[in-house]
This record gives sequence, structure tokens and C-alpha cells, in this order.
Amino acid sequence: MFSRAYKTLVAVPPLMWVAVFLLVPYGLMFCYSFWSVSSLQIIVHAWNLENYKELLEKPVYWETLLRSMWIAARVTAFSLVLGYPLAYFLSFYGGKRKDLLYQMVIIPLWVSYLVRAYAWKTILGSDGVLNGLLQYAHVTTHPLEFLLYSPFAVVLTLTHIYTPFAFLPIYAALEHIPRTLIEASHDLGATPAQTFWKVIFPLSIPGVLAGATFAFVLSLGDFLAPLLLGGPSGIMISNVVVSLFGAAYNWPLGAAISLCMLLLIVSLLFFSERLEKKWSFS
Amino acid sequence: MTSSTVTIPSAAVNDVHSRPTLLSIRSVAKSFGRNRVLRDISLEIAAGEFLAILGESGSGKTTLLRIIAGFETPTSGELCIEEQRIDHLPPYRRPVNTVFQNYALFPHLTVEANVAYGLRVAKRPAAEIANRVAEALAKVKMTAHAKKKPSQISGGQQQRVALARALVNRPKLLLLDEPLSALDANLRRQMQIELKSLQREVGITFVFVTHDQEEAMVIADRIALLRSGALEQVATPREIYSRPATSYVAQFIGHTNLLSGEVRAGIARCAELSWPVSLPEGPAQFSLRPEHVRVAGLAAGPNSIRVRVRVIDRAFHGASELIRAQCAHGLVLLATVASGSLLGNEVELEFSTSDALLVRESPEKS
Repeated sequence: MFSRAYKTLVAVPPLMWVAVFLLVPYGLMFCYSFWSVSSLQIIVHAWNLENYKELLEKPVYWETLLRSMWIAARVTAFSLVLGYPLAYFLSFYGGKRKDLLYQMVIIPLWVSYLVRAYAWKTILGSDGVLNGLLQYAHVTTHPLEFLLYSPFAVVLTLTHIYTPFAFLPIYAALEHIPRTLIEASHDLGATPAQTFWKVIFPLSIPGVLAGATFAFVLSLGDFLAPLLLGGPSGIMISNVVVSLFGAAYNWPLGAAISLCMLLLIVSLLFFSERLEKKWSFS
Repeated sequence: MTSSTVTIPSAAVNDVHSRPTLLSIRSVAKSFGRNRVLRDISLEIAAGEFLAILGESGSGKTTLLRIIAGFETPTSGELCIEEQRIDHLPPYRRPVNTVFQNYALFPHLTVEANVAYGLRVAKRPAAEIANRVAEALAKVKMTAHAKKKPSQISGGQQQRVALARALVNRPKLLLLDEPLSALDANLRRQMQIELKSLQREVGITFVFVTHDQEEAMVIADRIALLRSGALEQVATPREIYSRPATSYVAQFIGHTNLLSGEVRAGIARCAELSWPVSLPEGPAQFSLRPEHVRVAGLAAGPNSIRVRVRVIDRAFHGASELIRAQCAHGLVLLATVASGSLLGNEVELEFSTSDALLVRESPEKS
């Protein structure tokens, strides 16, 4: 069809893009993670494993990583618990309003992330909307302090932000289930509940896995929500990386953490894709 | 002796009228918005019968099937199985199973698990499930494929699995929605015969929806011909073929010559043909099957009339040929003649006037 020269020519720009903006930075990061910083805050290009050793030895790093994973796991669970029924309702009972309702789920994604995070700050703060309401109704006498600057606030905000990401693949999976399968199930004597657990849910598993992966990976790497709403107890691993590259000026250690995160996420994506393949039948 | 292109079963083996009624459809009508899909359908289906619901696409046959299965609610009318109302029951409470047009096998379950589905949801004991599933798979010759997924077997095999999945529940009534339409012609003919013998073997009432009149004739004890949402005729294949009630039935089932004319003073006139009849005065329509039109012999038979024609078209069907021939004044006749028996293009045809059957005019309903 096309000449070899033409194929080469069109392949160059995207390859260049990937090389300059992905491979080179990753390569640099890889190198940095094996270098160190001198007392004069100069990066010493001497290959060593000190950074990785520090990660293992200082509990603050892996504790923060574990806490981040725990937050991400809760966000994933809540996003699925909210996103699945929403997708199910929309797919099976959306009727004529299906497209409109679908757009309503999508629209929040167009609103700036910062705006949504700040909105929660206004709602959860000690003189915020929620505390005002609770005191006005005499449910509480003092503002509830745990609402803001806590892991709770981070989980809540991230759930709000990432539920549409969990919703979308689940909805797509549900939409792909042939409706005759559901009729066949009813025809064979299965009640709606049995039909859900034996036909609809198993066939939506690839969507659930994709949605869970989105919610987990995106919230694990999040740094704005913990920065704005997390307080000291809600710090996540990305905040540590940011501070290492910034104020602490320890690029090598930051690079080492980033590389570990990258490995973690890539293996997660790999396994989730394997699982999705195992559960898809089209 | 001429042979027809339509196969007629040797006999309607079972006398369906002597058996008790299983399903009664009483004045069932269905509208989707302003679109009237079914109007006043009443039909009794006997236990153990093999009934074909035959009709063109859009005749409402699939809607009728879906109403029996419970996927659609009739706008009016009622359904009874053994005198029990079923039209208010959801599909999963009806003693009815369906073989779907696209089989609708569960893609995430093995062949075996697909067949076991109905028994599992009914919470039958495991040993019973295993036995009945094995038996059902053996019946449709799919035992060797029990552990495969539906995507790993062919269309014909999927069809057998769908059949086993429905029959294993021993329903009172099995509905089949054009189950053979996706198969190629040879496999399809084979499956028609298998389906018929399977039905005799299990003794379950089958209601089979099809748009293929030949298939309906081969397979069914009785045919219910549906047109624009109303029943045109319900009869055995033999009866519906030899005594069509309306001109539509005569045309839909096999080939026919529809002769329009009028009866006046005991003489029927259709174009240049005329013969004595004992019918009331007025316009009339006659159906004359091509196999009843023959090349005129030396001696004219009793009550037969002859007409000179010019052959304009012939279609070879193996043992016989279907010819289209034009009379002097333009009337076109179809005739089935033995292959090779017709030498020239100018020929004289004859038919017995008793074979020209009076059929009711049936205008299209809107």
C-alpha cells in the first residue's frame, strides 16, 4: 500500500514524542535513583543503592506508601459501590433518558479538579456548610474536626472525583450484555436476583476490573486532594515525592520512590489486564 | 402423475383434536403505541402437538411467541395453560421454555453449565442435575462437547445445546423462535427431521415460529398462518395446502394460480376460461395448484377444460419443471410438468374444474 519511506516518515513524529517526553525522562529518573546528594546539596553522580536502602529502612516512606494504598483501596471500594448501581440503573432502566443521565455523570469530569477539591473544603471545614447545618439542627454543639484535614476528607473527595472513572467501564460492560441472555435466564426460571448474580454480574466483571484499576491507580498517585484536604494524617506518597523534589532537594530519593511506584502500577495494570481477558467472552 | 415442489408430510400422524387442550389463547391483542401488532388471536393448542406459527416478517408471529413466553404483556385477552391463567405470571414462573433465534447461550458458562442452568436455579439436588444434564446432552449428541464454552462450538451445535437447555427442564410447552434460520440449507433440513422425531420422543408440546412455509409443512402437525397480526387459517399442512381458506393462504403456501372472475347463471368465468359451477352469483376467486394443470392428453377427462398456451418461462426442479404459460388473451398459468415432457413452446393444457377451489378474498388489514 504505502512505500517503506512513507511509513518511516509518518512513524518518526510519534516515536520522537514518546522518546523525548517518556523514555528520556524515565531513563533520567532511573539514573537519578542510583545517585546521591552531597552535604552541599549537589547531586553526586556516583552509582549506589543508598536510596533504596533508605526506603526500606526508614518506616516513614513505606508507611506512607501503605497508607496511600489503603486510601486508594477505600476509594476504589466506594467508587465501585456507588458506580456499579448507577451504571446498572442507567443501563437497564435508563429508558429514554439514558443519554441525558449518562451526560450528567460525565459533566463533572469537565469541572476543574481544583474546583471540586475546594468545594469539599467549603463543605467539610469547621465553619463549613456541613458543620453549620449540624449545629443549626442541634445534632452537634461543636464543629466536627475530623471532617476536614483527615484521611476521611481525602477518601471522600477522591471517591467523588473517581466514581465516574469506575462508572464508565462498568456501564460499557453492562451495555454489551445481549438482552436476550437476560430473557433466556428468566425463561429458564431464574428470578431477577438470580439472573443478576448468575448472568449479569459475571459478564460485567471485565468492566468492574477496569473501573477498579482506574480508581485505584488514579487515587494512589493523587497529590492535590491530600495536599488541600488531607492535613498531616492524610499525607500520601505523591506528597512525599513532591517535597523530595522540591523543598527537601533530594531528587535521587524522590526518583527512587517514583520508580517503585511506577513498577507497582505497571504490574497492577498487567495483572488487571490478564484478569479482564480471563473474564471476557466476546 | 406430477410431483410438487412442496413436500407434504405423509400424514398428520396424530389426531390432534382428540387430545386435551394445553394452551388456550383467548382474544389476545397487542399494540405498541398506535401500531397494532396482534388483533384478536384465539387459538387452542393440544397437549403433545407440534404447531407451527407461520407468517411473513412483521406478521406478529414473534410477538405472539413472546407473549406466550411472558416477555410481552398482551394489551387485552388471556392465556391459560391447563385452565390456569398465566398471562399475569412473569416468565420465570411459567411452565414454558424457549429456544431463541440466536440461541442466547450464556457465554461465560460451559455447555454443561448452560444446560444445568434451569435446574440449578430451581435448586434441584446435585445428583439429579448431573443425571438429567447428561441425559439431555446425550439426546442432542453433545456429550463430547460438555466442557466447552459456547464460543468453541459451531452454530448447529449451539442450536442443539439451546434445545437441550430448554428440554432438560421438562416444560409443558417449548417455544422455538426460528431456531433453524441461521443454519445452512442442508443442516437445516437435517435439523427439521431431528427436531420432529425429538418432539415425538419427548412428547412435549412444541410451538415453532417460522417464516418458511416449506419448513412449517415438513415439521408441524398443524400450521397457524398469521398475517398482519390476525390468524388467516389454522389447519394441518395437508388441509391448508389442499383447502386454503383465502387467496392469501393459497399464495403463501406453495405455488398457485389465482383466477379472478365472476359467477353468473351457474357459469364461472375467469378471462377466457369458463366452466359450470353451483355457486352463488357474484365475483369469485379460484385457486388452482400448478400440479393440477397438466398437458392435455388424447382423451379429455370428465369435467376438464382445455386451453392453448405459449410457454414463456420454465424453472427446473429436478423431477419436475414449473412452467409459466400465457393463454391467447393474456392470462398466465403456472403448471408443473414432468421434466422433459414438454417439447415445443405451443402446448395445450387441461385441468379438472373440481381442482379450481373457491377461495375467499382477503384484503390486507391496516
